[in-house]
Amino acid sequence: MKNKVPFVVKCAMVFVVLFVLFALFGQWLSPYEFRETSLLNRLKPPGTEGYILGTDARGRDVLVRLAVGAQITLIVALVGTIIGAVLGSLLGILAAARRGWTENVIVAAIDVQASLPIIIVALFVLAMFDNSFTLFLLLIGLTGWEVYARLMRGAVLSAKEHGYVTAVRALGASPWRIYLGHILPNVISVALVQFTVNLPLTILLETALSFLGLGVQSPLTSLGQIMSEGRDRLLTAWWLTLFPGAIIFLLALSVSLIGDWLRDRLDPTLKAR
Amino acid sequence: MTVLTINGLSVALPSGGDRALAVEGVSLSVAKGETLCLVGESGSGKSVIAQAVMGMLPPQLPITAGSIAFDGAPLPAQRSDAFLRLRSVRMAMIFQDASASLDPLRRVGDQLEEIAEVHGIDRAARKRKVAEILQAVRLPDPAKLARAYPHQLSGGQAQRVVIAAALLLDPELLIADEPTTALDVTTQAEILALIDDLRRERGTAVLFITHDFGVVSDIADRVVVLRQGEIVETGAAKTLLADPQHPYTRTLLAAATARGAPRDTERSDVVMAAQNIHLTYGLGGLFNRREVEAVKDVSLTLHRGRTTAVVGESGSGKSSLARCLLRLEEVTSGTITFEGRDITHLHGAEMQALRKRIQVVLQDPFGALNPRRTIGSAIAEGPIIHGASKAEARAKAEELLDLVGLTPQAFDRHPHEFSGGQRQRICIARALALDPDVLIADESVSALDVSIQAQILDLFRELQARLGFTMLFITHDLRVAAAIADDLLVMQNGRAVEQGDAAEIFANPQQPYTQALLAAAPGKDLPEVSAA
Repeated sequence: MKNKVPFVVKCAMVFVVLFVLFALFGQWLSPYEFRETSLLNRLKPPGTEGYILGTDARGRDVLVRLAVGAQITLIVALVGTIIGAVLGSLLGILAAARRGWTENVIVAAIDVQASLPIIIVALFVLAMFDNSFTLFLLLIGLTGWEVYARLMRGAVLSAKEHGYVTAVRALGASPWRIYLGHILPNVISVALVQFTVNLPLTILLETALSFLGLGVQSPLTSLGQIMSEGRDRLLTAWWLTLFPGAIIFLLALSVSLIGDWLRDRLDPTLKAR
Repeated sequence: MTVLTINGLSVALPSGGDRALAVEGVSLSVAKGETLCLVGESGSGKSVIAQAVMGMLPPQLPITAGSIAFDGAPLPAQRSDAFLRLRSVRMAMIFQDASASLDPLRRVGDQLEEIAEVHGIDRAARKRKVAEILQAVRLPDPAKLARAYPHQLSGGQAQRVVIAAALLLDPELLIADEPTTALDVTTQAEILALIDDLRRERGTAVLFITHDFGVVSDIADRVVVLRQGEIVETGAAKTLLADPQHPYTRTLLAAATARGAPRDTERSDVVMAAQNIHLTYGLGGLFNRREVEAVKDVSLTLHRGRTTAVVGESGSGKSSLARCLLRLEEVTSGTITFEGRDITHLHGAEMQALRKRIQVVLQDPFGALNPRRTIGSAIAEGPIIHGASKAEARAKAEELLDLVGLTPQAFDRHPHEFSGGQRQRICIARALALDPDVLIADESVSALDVSIQAQILDLFRELQARLGFTMLFITHDLRVAAAIADDLLVMQNGRAVEQGDAAEIFANPQQPYTQALLAAAPGKDLPEVSAA
C-alpha cells in the first residue's frame, strides 16, 4: 500500500474516536448525574472510592461532568464549524459564479470579517443580548466563514478557467449541471481540508469563551466551563483543570494532525506519480 | 576544431519508466562556429543529452556508459572546481522559458553584472561589458533596458537578455534548449537570426535543441534526429532535409511541410457569419479598472463544409473571436448570424438548442476533460443534456470512440490514462457527439508533438469529409493553417488584417503584416516531403 497512514495520524484517529465515544456514552461510566451535588464529598482527589476522577467544589463527580462537557463541546464545535463551512463555501461559490457587484460585496464582507477581533465581538454580543445557547452556537458558527469563502472563491475561479468547464458550457449544460456536476466535485476537497483546520480553532474558541464565563452557562457544562470553575483551585484541586485541559489539548492536536494528513492526501500535486 | 564530443553516451531512466535508457549510445560532435540541431519529439531524450553535458542530470538519471569531451579533454568530475569553472565560463545554456531564468526582483543590468563580478571582472570593465553585450543582442535602448525588471520585458526581449547573459563570458559552446518555442513567429525569426549572427561573429559552437524542422532548416549546419533516446539519422542539414533516409525523419518533415491537398469545394451556402463584431473586456479589480479591446470590427463568413483558419500571434484576439462565436462571451457590438438567423443575443432554451449545433475543441487536452469523470460519460454528456436516454448516449459515445480511432472499451477509463493525442481524440468525439454544423477548433493541435499533430489534423480532415461539418480552425502556426484551411483570416491586435481564399493568400499576401508573418515562418525553404 502506497498511502500508508502514518503512526501519529493513527494515534490521532484513535483519540478522536475515543473522545466521541466518551462524549456519547461516558455518562454511563459513573453512577452519578452530572448536576448531582454531594456536599459531604467536596473536592475529593482522583481515586477516591466511588469517584474515579474526583469531585469538584460542590461534590459533583468530575468524570460524569467531563462526559457531558465533552458532549457539549463536540456539539458546539461541529455545529459551529458546519455553519461557518456551509455559509462561507456558498458565499465563496456565489462570488465566483456571479462576479460583478455580488462578488464585490462578498469580498468586502470577507475583508470586514477578517479584520474583526472576534473574541471582543463575542464578548460584546453576549453581554448585550440574553446569553442563550442558540445565540452562542450562531456566534461560533459565524466566525471563520470568511476563510472558506476566500478559499472557495479562488478554487471556483480557477476551476472555471479549466477547459472542461468551457467545453461543457459549449455543450449547452445548465449552470446547475456545470456547478454541481463539474466544478463542485473538483473544489470540495479544499473546503474539507479547511474544515479540519477550522475544527480545532472552533473547539478552542468555545473553551476560551466558556472559560471567560461567556459561553456555555451553568447548569449546562462544557470542557471550558469546567476549567473555569477549577480556575480558583489550581493549586489545591489540580484535577479540576488538568483533565479537561488535557482533553482539549489532545483533541485539538489530533484533529489538526488528521487535517494535515488529509490535505496531503487530497492535494493531487503531492500525489506520488 | 571540435568543441564538444559525445561518445556512446547512455543515461539510465529510473525503473518503471517506459524504457530502460533515456538516451542510448548517442555519439555526436559540435565544431567551433557550427550549429548542430538535435531534433526529436517530447520524450526523445534531447534535453537529457544537454543536461549530461552541463552536469545537470538529476540523480535518478545516472550516466551508465560513454564519455563527453570538451575541447579534446574529457570533462572533469562533476562538482569538481575544474568542472564548475569549465561550465560557467566556457559553456552556456539557454532555455525555453526565458523569464524563468531571470531573477524577478533584480534589474536586468545588475543580473548581468553579477555574472561578470563572480568571475572577477572589475567594476568599470563590468559596466562596459554588459553595455556591449546588450548592444550585441540588439536590444532597443540597452541603457534603459539594463534598468528594467524582468516582468517589464516582452518574451522576445527576455530571451535576448538571457542570450546576453549566456554570451557575456564568451563561451565556446552555447546549448540552446527550445529557446524559441514559446515565442511568436516573428519574434522567433528574430531570435534565430540573432543566434546565427552571434555564432558567426564569435565562432561559438551551438548545440540547438528543437522539435521543429522548420527551425532546423533555418539554422542548422548539421542535424541529429533522435527518437526514444536513440539517433535515427544524422547528417549535414542540406542533404538530410532534401533527402531524409529514415522513415521517422520523413514523418517529422512531412508534418513540418504539410500543405494540404487543395480541395475544390465551392463556396456553398453560408452557415454562420459575424458582422463587425467588437469585444471589450473589463480588467483589473476594485481600484484599477481598465478596458481591453480584444476584438475590433471583425467580420467573417463560414461556408458549409469548408474550413476557415484564423491565424495570428498571441494576443491578436483569435481566441476571443472564437468565444464570441460560441456565445461564451457577449459581443459588445455587431451581429452574429446562424443560418441567416440573428443569434447575437439569443438566450434561454433557444440558445441551449443552438449550442448543440456549434461545438468546440480546445487547446489543452489535459485541462479539457474533467479528471473525475470517465471519458465515456464526458462524451455522453452532450447527448444527455439534449435529451437522449442514458442507453442512447452510451451507444452514441461508443460509436464516436470508434470513429476517432479509440476502442469502445475506453468508455469506462479516466482521462489520466490517455496520452495527449488520445485525449484530443476524446475531445473531438465529445464535440461531435452532438452532430454539430460548426466545429470550432481553438489551437487544438498546438500542445501536441508534430507527428501526433499530423495525425489529429488528418482526423479532422477525414471526419469533415465524412460528416460534412464546417470548421473554424484557430492557430498561431501558419503551417497548420496551410495544411487545413480553405479560407483564411489573419488577425493582428484584434483586427482582421487580411481574409480570403487560403491558397491565394499564402501565394500572394497583400498586407504587409501577412507578408511579415509568412516571411518569419520557419522552414520556408524546406522542400515538401510526403510521409513514407
